[in-house]
Amino acid sequence: MKFNKAIKNLFIVLFSTLLISACSTAKKANVDTVDDVYTGTDTVEFLAKGVPDRIFFATNKSNLTTASRDTLRKQATWMRKNKDVTVTVEGHADERGTREYNLALGERRANAAKDYLMTYGVSGKRISVISYGKERPVNPASSPLAWSQNRRSVTVKAN
Amino acid sequence: MKKIFFALILSIFTLQNAHGLITVDITRGNLDPLPIAVSPLHVDSKSEKISSFETSKLGEEISKIVEKNFKSTGLFNPLKKDSFVQKPDIAHLKPRFEDWRLIKAQALVTGKLLIIDKKLKVEFRLWDLTAAKEMIALSFTTTPNNWRRVAHIISDKIYERLTGETGYFDTRIAYVSETGPKNRRVKKLALMDQDGFNTKYLTLGNELVLTPRFNPTNQLVTYLSYFKNMPRVYLLDIETGVQEVVGNFPGMTFAPRFSPDGKKIIMSFAKDGNSDIYSMDLETRVVEQITKHPSIDTSPSYSPDGKYITFNSDRSGLQQIYVMRSDGTKVKRITHGSGLYGTPVWSPRGDLIAFTKVRKGRFYIGVMRSDGTGERLLTENFYQEAPSWSPNGRVLIFYRETKSDSKGKGFSAKLWSIDITGYNERRLKTETDASDPSWSSLLSK
Repeated sequence: MKFNKAIKNLFIVLFSTLLISACSTAKKANVDTVDDVYTGTDTVEFLAKGVPDRIFFATNKSNLTTASRDTLRKQATWMRKNKDVTVTVEGHADERGTREYNLALGERRANAAKDYLMTYGVSGKRISVISYGKERPVNPASSPLAWSQNRRSVTVKAN
Repeated sequence: MKKIFFALILSIFTLQNAHGLITVDITRGNLDPLPIAVSPLHVDSKSEKISSFETSKLGEEISKIVEKNFKSTGLFNPLKKDSFVQKPDIAHLKPRFEDWRLIKAQALVTGKLLIIDKKLKVEFRLWDLTAAKEMIALSFTTTPNNWRRVAHIISDKIYERLTGETGYFDTRIAYVSETGPKNRRVKKLALMDQDGFNTKYLTLGNELVLTPRFNPTNQLVTYLSYFKNMPRVYLLDIETGVQEVVGNFPGMTFAPRFSPDGKKIIMSFAKDGNSDIYSMDLETRVVEQITKHPSIDTSPSYSPDGKYITFNSDRSGLQQIYVMRSDGTKVKRITHGSGLYGTPVWSPRGDLIAFTKVRKGRFYIGVMRSDGTGERLLTENFYQEAPSWSPNGRVLIFYRETKSDSKGKGFSAKLWSIDITGYNERRLKTETDASDPSWSSLLSK
């Protein structure tokens, strides 16, 4: 009896350990954000091989993360190599803010990207910016993941 | 377009002034709406036939609109017509008060109409059944096409007599009509009567349009258009359909609103990642920069006397509401509660500012005094924003969006209204999904 009970308890312990570890792996796979900034690749497109087109932001923020700066340096290198290319930087916000503030926030994000591209040697004349606020979500879901993918600035070839 | 702004030949004559006893208190949520009987208007048999509708049913139709308006206020309880005891023409001459009291009515509306020489002549009376007295008697003449407006004007006059406040029924709502999936929304400027009828679309949906707002005379709308992919503030003449860009700014302009005298448009201009507030005089075209701060300053709204401007800014690090003089001096933060505050709109009465508050992932529509005290949150939801005031400052209209699933399904945007008492929340019917409502002033003053 006692032995049986011990075995049973052991199984319960083992089983719940399995459950917990299953949960934590699932979490890692689903939520590609660090400090509220999307770090995944699901929505990302490429301007050229190895040159991602977009960077992501934290809620209500427009500062560039290390990963964003890395992406923008790649974009700048690509633009310096392709001197005839002009781009539009599109700034976006998630759906969790008031519409007018989001328009301003999208503009601020697009300009953060533009400024960084200029720091790395791209003429401002080759970069125009436009804000879409919350009007053009890339992921239409209402979830933290979708919102993190929508808080973005996308560099689009304009010519 | 012309049709809806058909010149209203409106002459109101007060037939007789009377003092009644019933009043409706609108300063608190009404738990005990006033029972009111709206008799169909008697249609004079000499009336001419009009091709667009059946003349004989006009009296009934007008009374139904009046009833619907009353019901929507939450302050009145329109009684069922099948219990009515007197014929419309006889009741209009002299009601048998005791009979109407039997069906528990406290007020009675009667009237008659006649279409002659292509003109619609309407007469109506409001009776206090308890005191057995006439409270108003008015008559007016208009074009028959205006018959829905006749019903709204009657509603306004009665509302005014019973509550002591001006009404808001003979008004329109400008809004953004939305169709299509969430990530490829088609948006058009739209206009409708306050009760959802006579919807007109002012743009075709080829470019993104946002945030329409009426001028004080309701002939112009200012809004944001992405025409040629250049987001700029535009001005649209509703009657002629003529559109023009407002000012010559080298970047995005947005969040426009008229000054209370209609002479200026105030808006945000975004440059190099910084949004400041500017105004432009529509006649002289002189542009004035009002805020100068390296933060986002947007959603400006004038006080009704034009002396102050409220706006939201993230200069403190978070989106909060501020008030300043209309020349940009004496900037003062007025919200200090936990959460974010946006979209401040000054009440036409001047006493309150309506706003959107975001706290712990929930969205609230609220009101507070213009110094930021007395905050009252009226409604909470997943997402709602952009309140706009009824012309009497008693009701707010705003839009609400629903949550969507992982594929973007389940999303909707609808117009809602709520009394500033926090009672009487209701959805406004629109032909399509709708957002960014702007409530006009009274069309006939």
